[in-house]
Amino acid sequence: MDLMEYQAKELFARHKVPVTLGRVVEDAADAAAAAEELGGRVVVKAQVKAGGRGKAGGVKLAATPAEATERAGDILGMDIKGHTVRRVLLAPAADIAEEYYFSFLVDRANRNYLCIASTEGGVEIEEVAHSNPDAIAKVSIDPATGVDEAKAAEIVAAAGFPAEAASVVQALWEVFIAEDASLVEVNPLVKLADGSLEALDGKVTLDENAGYRHPDHAAFDDKAAADPLEAAAQEKGLNYVKLDGSVGIIGNGAGLVMSTLDVVAYAGEAHGGVKPANFLDIGGGASAEVMKNGLSIILGDPQVRSVFVNVFGGITACDAVSNGIVQALELLGAQANKPLVVRLDGNNVDEGRRILAKANHPLVTVVDTMDGAADRAAELAATA
Amino acid sequence: MAIFLTDKSRVVVQGMTGSEGQKHTSRMLAAGTNIVGGVTPGKGGQSVDFARRSIPVYGSCADAVKSTGADVSIVFVPPRFTKGAVIEAVDAGIPLVVVITEGVPVHDTAAFFAHAQAAGTRIIGPNSPGLISPGQANAGIIPADIAGPGRIGLVSKSGTLTYQMMYELREYGFTTAIGIGGDPIIGTTHIDALRAFQDDPDTEAIVMIGEIGGDAEERAAAFIKEYVTKPVVGYVAGFTAPEGKTMGHAGAIVSGSSGTAVAKQQALEAVGVKVGKTPSEAARLMREALEQLLVH
Repeated sequence: MDLMEYQAKELFARHKVPVTLGRVVEDAADAAAAAEELGGRVVVKAQVKAGGRGKAGGVKLAATPAEATERAGDILGMDIKGHTVRRVLLAPAADIAEEYYFSFLVDRANRNYLCIASTEGGVEIEEVAHSNPDAIAKVSIDPATGVDEAKAAEIVAAAGFPAEAASVVQALWEVFIAEDASLVEVNPLVKLADGSLEALDGKVTLDENAGYRHPDHAAFDDKAAADPLEAAAQEKGLNYVKLDGSVGIIGNGAGLVMSTLDVVAYAGEAHGGVKPANFLDIGGGASAEVMKNGLSIILGDPQVRSVFVNVFGGITACDAVSNGIVQALELLGAQANKPLVVRLDGNNVDEGRRILAKANHPLVTVVDTMDGAADRAAELAATA
Repeated sequence: MAIFLTDKSRVVVQGMTGSEGQKHTSRMLAAGTNIVGGVTPGKGGQSVDFARRSIPVYGSCADAVKSTGADVSIVFVPPRFTKGAVIEAVDAGIPLVVVITEGVPVHDTAAFFAHAQAAGTRIIGPNSPGLISPGQANAGIIPADIAGPGRIGLVSKSGTLTYQMMYELREYGFTTAIGIGGDPIIGTTHIDALRAFQDDPDTEAIVMIGEIGGDAEERAAAFIKEYVTKPVVGYVAGFTAPEGKTMGHAGAIVSGSSGTAVAKQQALEAVGVKVGKTPSEAARLMREALEQLLVH
């Protein structure tokens, strides 16, 4: 789960990373009072889970409280890379002497952690990597030993930060480990005119697999910003991602479902560019209940014109899947109003196909191969 | 021959007394796996009855190794106990630990992987279906009846795509099929499996299945160029995945412009790997590669 800046800063404050929390408002009318409290001269910052907010016009300086209201009004409701701005953070304008870049992240390639730090902060690190790669320090971190005082000193020296940054580095490491983050990024980390350091921005990605250790993290989940179908699916414990095509997809196993989306998009090229409408992995168990919930979410998507159920019975038996489909269609009744193409293979496939043939549901077509079924589903979506 | 797992392997199951552990132990036994014990803390001295045998339960991996000489452990314990279970297996000196558990926090994986690496233990997974050397042994949850022993080596990030590909190529069979898992940090990589398949005299050709996220496939491509002389056919899932969304597997995410399926496909094709647009097309390319081998 990616956090917004003000949420990341809450975690920073919890672990004594120097930070100014500022005030979050959702209504421009509240901005003036908040700016007043913060000393009048503030920066108004869009709170969305997307980079490049400044470039998109989502970060503005306001010299007076009245101006803060105006700027907040400009920014609230803006669309930044597909994210609607629902709240802005007001922070006192800082007197910046130097800007740095800093991050801890999971290094997938080396299967440990990586610290990236640079004295060229305040711009996108990818740009620095391109224009001035020597200005970037990369320090590998052994998960067994982590970042102790000596390691923090090593990082600070490699980056060319002032020595007193070591304590900030250790505090950020605390955030990374104690909060089960897979990314902690500060850009910029600034040296203020008085010489003190402050995290002026923050980006944190939390590991959802570690959610059981952090019940408090659930409060960071911005349900209002989620797609309503994704929110409904999450409520039912389904692994669903909304896409913008017209072929609804249900399958078992993340890899097979990803592959199904691709195969449908590929087949769709021959049918006027038909695309998949969603990712939905129903996992190992394909009970009638899970199938009903899945179909119900997919049929609730007005863009969906056909549905492709693609199951390879590994542990799951195809007869159980077929029974699930038949019962789900009964349970859904009139809500089931789109054609279903079903492809089954693997464990107990003959019995699975027999059950579907016997049920002879007018909406259901069984196709034996994945590619053939994808083509049929795309064709149905194009002609429906 | 096979890689990592053979009929000589002596396997213990951590979490065998749980419902998943019991179900899959029964299936692994039916596939001929030499399961010598289960490990559940506090249940040492008990045993679990399966169709034809009773399997002893040990209270710790150390006890299990002492009594049975186990050299493979399969971990079926819930995510919150996985780190402890793996570290216990490593400390007991077990050289191969297969982690089936899905949903392990990435910091836990980083910690037990570092520990295992220092001890020289191979980890497969987490979030892996395990591996099967058909006709010899099955360590994990891959259905044993999809395909028999044969000439192909298969390595995949995805469980169901492993099953699908084994099914498509069942007439040729497999030396070993290994699911390395879809998490951001995994113990055994495409490269490790490619190296082992290249070195295995019975493996004639290799199927490699990747998916979005990270750059493991790109690095595997570089390794293939440098080391692998056997034919490799590839498949990559996730061309239609949107940026910034996790697609089921914790590691399956396109971040900015990195981790895309297109980049992986191009990297593989650049080193001469034929990449199928669909799993069936990849299977067809593999059949062609095998027929070619017969001609030469």
